[in-house]
Amino acid sequence: MNTFVQRFSTTGALSEARKAKALAADDEEFSDAAWGSEAGFGNIANGVPTFAVPAVPDPSAFLRLHTDDHADPSCRIKIQHGTTTLAFRYKGGVIVAVDSRATAGSYIASGTVKKVIEINPYLLGTMAGGAADCQYWETYLGIHCRLHELRNRERISVSAASKYLSNLVYSYKGMGLSMGTMICGWDKTGPAVFYVDSDGTRLKGDLFSVGSGSTHAYGVLDQGYHWDLSDEEAQELGRRSIYAAGHRDAFSGNTCNLYHIKQDGWHFLGNFDISKMHYEGPGDVPGSFGKGYGYDIRVEGRSSANPPPAAPTTTVTA
Amino acid sequence: MAAYFQAPTAYSRTALPPLAAVSAPQHLVPPSDTSGTIMAITGVGFTVIAGDARRGDAFGAYPQVRFVPTVFRLTDKAVLATNGFASDGNIFIKKVRQRLDWYRHAHAKDMSLHAIALLIQSMLYQRRFCPFYVHNILGGIEDDGSGAVYSFDEVGSYVRETCRAAGSASTMLQPFLDSQIYPKSSQPPTPGSATHLSLARVLALVMDSYKHAADRLSHDQIGDGLEVYIVLSKGTSTQGLNIEGVSEVTSIPGGERIFLLRRSLA
Repeated sequence: MNTFVQRFSTTGALSEARKAKALAADDEEFSDAAWGSEAGFGNIANGVPTFAVPAVPDPSAFLRLHTDDHADPSCRIKIQHGTTTLAFRYKGGVIVAVDSRATAGSYIASGTVKKVIEINPYLLGTMAGGAADCQYWETYLGIHCRLHELRNRERISVSAASKYLSNLVYSYKGMGLSMGTMICGWDKTGPAVFYVDSDGTRLKGDLFSVGSGSTHAYGVLDQGYHWDLSDEEAQELGRRSIYAAGHRDAFSGNTCNLYHIKQDGWHFLGNFDISKMHYEGPGDVPGSFGKGYGYDIRVEGRSSANPPPAAPTTTVTA
Repeated sequence: MAAYFQAPTAYSRTALPPLAAVSAPQHLVPPSDTSGTIMAITGVGFTVIAGDARRGDAFGAYPQVRFVPTVFRLTDKAVLATNGFASDGNIFIKKVRQRLDWYRHAHAKDMSLHAIALLIQSMLYQRRFCPFYVHNILGGIEDDGSGAVYSFDEVGSYVRETCRAAGSASTMLQPFLDSQIYPKSSQPPTPGSATHLSLARVLALVMDSYKHAADRLSHDQIGDGLEVYIVLSKGTSTQGLNIEGVSEVTSIPGGERIFLLRRSLA
C-alpha cells in the first residue's frame, strides 16, 4: 500500500526525482545534433536511432492495420512495393541489375526509382520491399562503412557490411520492416554478393534475385548463367533477365538500371527502357545482339500466324 | 522468403487481426484522409509547387473546410507541399520549420534543397512505426541553380523528379503531367528539368489541371482556393508571371525569388 502512495504522490522526494527524470527526458528529445552540422542527418548520425512507437498494447499490429496492403487493399498508408532486382557473381566481377517501378497498391507511383543504392565506390545495395526501409537503412549502413574505414584504415569487407545490416534489421524483427536486399561489392576476397532481408536471413552466394518479379528473372538467369561468362555476356544476361521480369510481372517494369562491379569499384552501365528492349533491343551496347527481346519480334516471319513479309515482287523487264 | 512484394492475397502470410482485436485506445484514432491535391513541376531555373485549399472529411459529418493552405514556403528557395491527414501535416511542417530555424541559427544560412530533402527523409522515418500520414512534395532551387522536385512517401523514401502530383486527384493528373512533361512515353533515366517548357506554359498546365480536376472530382475532394508557389533561381526572368493574382513573397532580395499565385477554384 505504501509503495502505491509513493508512486502516485505529487509531493516528496520520489516524485521530485520523477519530475526531474521527465524533464531530462524532454531535453533528450532534441539532442545537440539538431543544432550543429549534423542537422541534416537528424537521428541518423547519432548512434542507434530512436523511433516513435504508438502507445498501444501491440504496436506492430497497430502499424500493420494501417499499412498492410496485401491483406487490406483499402488501408490508409500504402508503402511502396514491388520490384525485380538481381545480382550475380562471375569471373569478371558482379553484375547488378534492377527495374525502376514503384507501386503503391495497384497504382504505379513512379517509373524512375533508383533501386540501387551506391553505398560507397566499392559497395552497392539493391532495394526490394519497403522503399523507405531500404533507403534509410542502406544510407545508415553507408555512414557506418565510412566510419569503419576511418577507424581501421581499410575498406569494410562485403561480408562485414552485410552482417552489420543484417544485425541491425534483426533487432527490429517483428516490427514490420520489409526489406530484401543484396549487398554487392569487391573486397580483399574478390567479388562478393550477400543477400540480407528483414527477417534476419543473410546468405552468401553467387546468384540472387529478389522481388515480385524474381521468379521470372531467375528463369532467364539460371539458363544463361555460368561462372566463365564474358563481361558482355554477363551484362546482357542481367539486362535480359530484368526485361523478362518487367515484361511478365505487373509490379515490375519501366526501365532497367545496370551496374558492373570490378576490382576498381562499381561502374554504372546505363538505363535501358524495357518496352524499347522488347521492340528494338537495348541499343548499341556490348553484348547486345541488335534485336528486340520480344517473342513476337524474334520469331517474326517464322510462324504461321505471323508469316514472312511477302517477297518484293521483282518485275522482269524484257 | 517473406513478402517483399505484392504476394497474391491467396497466399499472403498473415491475415489482419480484426479491428477490435487491436483495441486502439481512444486517443489514438486512425488518421483520416483530409483530401486535397498537390503538385509540383520543375523547368529550367524555376519550380512551380501548387495545392488546393479545400479540406473534406476532417470533421466527420460536417461540411468541408474552405481555406486550409497545404503549400508552405520554407526558405527563399524551398517550398513544401503536404497532403494526407491535415493534423499530421501541420505538425510536420512545424517541425521542419523548427529544424530549419535551428540550422539557420547555427550556420547563418539557409539549408540547401537536397539537405532539406534528406532532413525530411529522416524526420519521416523517425516515425516509421507510427507514421505521419502525409505525402510530401518538396520543390525549389538547388545550389547549382537548377530546379528540383523531391517526392516522398509517408515513411520517407524519396526521389528527385521532374513533376509529381499527389492526393485525391493524383491518379487523374499524374498521367497527364507525364504526357506533357516527359518528351517521350518512356520516362527519362535521370530526372532533371523539363527543358522544353516555359514558365508560362507550366503555370497554364497547373491551373488548367486543377480547374478540370475540380470539374471531374466529387466536390469534397478538391476545390475552393488554389495556391501556386513559383520559385525562380537567381537571375531567371519573371516573364510569364505578369498575370492576375501573383504577389512576390521573397524575404531576402538578391537571391532566389518566390512568388505566390492565388486563384479560386469554383
